[in-house]
Amino acid sequence: MYNSKYAPYLFLLPAGIILAVFFFLPFFQTVWLSFLDYSADIYNPAFAGFDNYINLFKNPVFYKVLWNTFIYLFVAVPILAIFPLFLAVLINQKIRGVTLYKILIYLPVIVSIVVAAIAFKWLYADQGILNYVVTSLGFNSIGWLTDPKYALYSVIIVTIWKGIGYYMIIYLAALMSVPNELYEACDIDGANFLTKHLTVTIPHIMPTIALVTTISAISAMKVFAEIYVMTKGGPLNSSKTIVYYIYERAFENLDLGFASAMAVVLLVIVMIFSLINIFCFERNKYQL
Amino acid sequence: MKKLPTHLILIFVSLLSIFPFIWLISTSLKGNSENIFAYPPQIIPTDFTWANYTGVWDKVNFIGYFINSMIVAGGTVLLNLILSAMAGYPLARMEFKGKKVTFFAILATIMIPFQAIMLPVYLITLKLHLVDSVNNFAGFIGLIMPFAVSAFGIFLMRQAFLGIPKEMEEAGIVDGCNAFQIFWKILLPMVKPSLAVLAIFTFIGSWGEFLWPSIVLTKEAMYTLPVGVNNLQGMFSSNWRFIAAGSILSTIPILIFFLAMQRYFISGENEGAVKG
Repeated sequence: MYNSKYAPYLFLLPAGIILAVFFFLPFFQTVWLSFLDYSADIYNPAFAGFDNYINLFKNPVFYKVLWNTFIYLFVAVPILAIFPLFLAVLINQKIRGVTLYKILIYLPVIVSIVVAAIAFKWLYADQGILNYVVTSLGFNSIGWLTDPKYALYSVIIVTIWKGIGYYMIIYLAALMSVPNELYEACDIDGANFLTKHLTVTIPHIMPTIALVTTISAISAMKVFAEIYVMTKGGPLNSSKTIVYYIYERAFENLDLGFASAMAVVLLVIVMIFSLINIFCFERNKYQL
Repeated sequence: MKKLPTHLILIFVSLLSIFPFIWLISTSLKGNSENIFAYPPQIIPTDFTWANYTGVWDKVNFIGYFINSMIVAGGTVLLNLILSAMAGYPLARMEFKGKKVTFFAILATIMIPFQAIMLPVYLITLKLHLVDSVNNFAGFIGLIMPFAVSAFGIFLMRQAFLGIPKEMEEAGIVDGCNAFQIFWKILLPMVKPSLAVLAIFTFIGSWGEFLWPSIVLTKEAMYTLPVGVNNLQGMFSSNWRFIAAGSILSTIPILIFFLAMQRYFISGENEGAVKG
């Protein structure tokens, strides 16, 4: 039996069932639900054609959350692509305490996002320690999570803080592959720290920079827990992103069709990023 | 001496990384007679006490949350190891009809974020009666199943199997092993390092998962640690001493796990291994 031509299918079957039931079926169902109207009767939805999409594109909150999601990308992604690289270059030297630095900087990655969000909520409290710093510098205290001007950025800071260690380790792995002779040649030429890294390091690990850019963009698109724990999307939708709005419309308003139409929009955006990622930067990983 | 600026920057960033926790620990150790909003803020408690820890421990079932998290993370890890290894083996080692299609179908799941399909996943889980309102066991299965296998795990195992020389299998065939025995007795022991990597990263991902359990769970007795910790905010509204103590308590297990396994995380050998 196991040597028969069925063997490969038997080995693939268990994983195949899980992927079919919990990935492919829900994927097609998301698309299908986006064409249904649940507003009259939640148990007997009516076919609605493109109504959900029309409502979506007429809804100002949708544009707000789309815009917030892009701000998330534009702020978080460049910082997560550049700052961890800078740290990795610093740590990739013959210095003492490297392991300790790595552990401490990686710690936020390991800790539950819920605990991280609670810790920051406490830092951001109205009479909290951050406002102490702000007021002692002579400014008015800031409503970090309560002022619509700042709430989104306060949440973005948590996402960045939690991601730095992760991307730093990815960069460190890439830096190990840069041939040492190139740096030695630079030293002979008397190049300084900056030119050394601009001429050798950056060109060499360009693929890793691109990889970090796309994976941090994909994870920024999927942010949920930070927002749920800290602001619930408020105040006035100022910190609401696509995923949070899908959650709210689906599970709080039970507006399944509308939520699914938005999920399709999210799917399209993430798929574009993922395709770039898989076919441009991770070909080796999947041996395409 | 010329390394001094490097150290200063790294010390500064290290402090930024841990400061939110330090401040949380500091708050959790302050007694009722100390103002936790005092200006200037005091890192070292003047009214030092463990009372917040004992207080929150008495009111919140941390052991229960911990056990629930262990069951879910343990089950998720076990299924991922078995299913990924089983699926990775034919993709690496066998020729069969539809191999290319299977390969790309699995690759395609990487592009489907859970957040975009969570609503139908929830509806399917309800339909299969895998929710805690049926019974606790069904609730655990429902928490585990959507994450029981991932494309990442399958590709990781496929890579591992590709790295084993063909002669190993041929020796098994000569000895009269069938495909299952070759898989179980010869190949699986040789990919233990990859299984360890998969186990550790699946564990971390499952342990921290918040969105899915907060969608499906209805009973407090079924809460995993992240859901339970989030719930502290509702239970103790503005009692930040208790919220802080509870958050720190909930972090201890994963902290121990991280320190014990740190080389897997910070060596850089398993680049990109955490869920994307």
